[in-house]
Amino acid sequence: MTAAEIDGLLQALTVFTLAILVGIAVISKVPATLHTPLMSGANSIHGIVLVGAMLIAAEATEPIGQLLSLVAVAFATMNVVGGYVVTDRMLQMFRKKPTAPKPASDDAAAAS
Amino acid sequence: MTTLEIVEILVRIAWLVGAVGFVIGLSRMNSPATARNGNLLSAGGMAIAIGATAILIVVRQASGVPVAGISWVIIVLGVALGGGLGLYTARTVKMTAMPQLVSLFNAVGGGAAALIAIDDYLGLAAGSSVRIDTHIFIVLDIIIGSITFTGSIIASGKLQGLIPGKPIYVPGGQLVTLALAAITVIAALVLFVSGTPNLLLMVVILAAALTFGVTMTLPIGGADMPVVISLLNSFTGTAVAMAGFVINNPVLIIAGALVGASGAILTKLMADAMNRSVMNIMIGGFGGGDEAAGAVAGAGGSVRSIGPDDVAIQLAYAQHVIVVPGYGLAVAQAQHAVRELAELLEERGVDVKYAIHPVAGRMPGHMNVLLAEANVPYPQLMEMDDINPEFARADVALVIGANDVTNPAARRPGSPVSGMPILDVDQAKSIVVIKRSMGKGYAGIDNELYTNEKTGMLFADAKEGLASLIAAVKAV
Repeated sequence: MTAAEIDGLLQALTVFTLAILVGIAVISKVPATLHTPLMSGANSIHGIVLVGAMLIAAEATEPIGQLLSLVAVAFATMNVVGGYVVTDRMLQMFRKKPTAPKPASDDAAAAS
Repeated sequence: MTTLEIVEILVRIAWLVGAVGFVIGLSRMNSPATARNGNLLSAGGMAIAIGATAILIVVRQASGVPVAGISWVIIVLGVALGGGLGLYTARTVKMTAMPQLVSLFNAVGGGAAALIAIDDYLGLAAGSSVRIDTHIFIVLDIIIGSITFTGSIIASGKLQGLIPGKPIYVPGGQLVTLALAAITVIAALVLFVSGTPNLLLMVVILAAALTFGVTMTLPIGGADMPVVISLLNSFTGTAVAMAGFVINNPVLIIAGALVGASGAILTKLMADAMNRSVMNIMIGGFGGGDEAAGAVAGAGGSVRSIGPDDVAIQLAYAQHVIVVPGYGLAVAQAQHAVRELAELLEERGVDVKYAIHPVAGRMPGHMNVLLAEANVPYPQLMEMDDINPEFARADVALVIGANDVTNPAARRPGSPVSGMPILDVDQAKSIVVIKRSMGKGYAGIDNELYTNEKTGMLFADAKEGLASLIAAVKAV
């Protein structure tokens, strides 16, 4: 390894280590109520792998690489889009006092 | 500087902005008041990072870096396919089925991370020398990504009921799992030492890791799936960080490490809420499926059956009622009915509260989400530690489709649920349980609460049972 390569590796490892410490610090005392949305929210964040999938798709020249990158892009996008939407749906329900009854719950109220 | 160089710098800054969005977003998700805003912030960071990447590819192409036309087809098609599928499933999924969908999204994330490493490995020329750090990151990415891919699919299948929720033991299963782990480690070490690409060994590692994900998850009981999903979520984060090392991309490293670490802490918090250790869960074997329905009035002690009219009178003339909702309420979609009953009782001056066990439903916090969906006022939802002292003052505890979290056997050693924190339902003056049958809960054991002399059993589906109670309360 050249000095520049070692330098690059050490920089990446530094970023990696500090990000781990941030990850530990960020999750402190979470009420159990929020465990599921928080997990789902963290799940969306690793959808960032889409950036990597796009970059390898741009460089793909062989059919096998093109196939792999197509699947990777599709998988990663599903992770991003689905993850954020489902997390938002969960969190939408944590409003303290619903001002107007939602359509979904109207039928139950109307039945009374 | 050329345009490309300037854009490369700006894109790296955009990635950094995205990473900041993830960190602040995640920290805002720690509290209910700011959680939604935090998730939107995180989504905004994601949009910036992805948009910047698209711009980078465009500018590279304009600056003469060869980008095949088909690459754009791949990106657009992949985004359309994955995005469409993700959007559709996320918007249409029933809130009761949401945990398995999250697990599925986790599976594809891990799969994508593994594919990046596989693609990179195929690009290495045969006979060339591979730096040991490159080899290590590629191998780790493939191993972790593959395990989380198949493991999450199995976990999702168990929650969906496609695969039996009860622990599945293959003869010699533990040995197979250990053997797979050994094969993976040995093959990886041989690769590292040789320092040249070896496709066959990599296929061996890939196959062993994919199988390991299956054999690791199959023996784990359905009740523990939330913890498993959270652990696999943490794995995916780690796999994404490894992918970042492989293609030398800082935002993948930051976001992956962030999720890997925060996911690990969250896994521990979830396991703590059930008073289990993560290790103990991964070894597996706890709990049956939720389909373990038994005959009415099963073994052990006599059970008192009670009709809706008697329950209605108890409820209508009570001062304090505590509702204990469980998964049975969720599957019967009875959250609206329970709110309706509670409102009727409140009109009569009865004080109604909900006792929410940390793992009620299928995942920690799942029950709060379901009840909030039915517009149950948030302040009425009480967490376990706050409500437990109040059971002694409650005239009636109404248990709807909850089982193991109310089992007093947890206070004694020697039971599968021993040590699990429970709701002190048996302290209430009178107990009513709405349940379809005497079927067992996830832990697969009898619930001593049902044979308690204070307990009356109303055998019905949660929704029908509540409907008959509502009618009966109106008639009182």
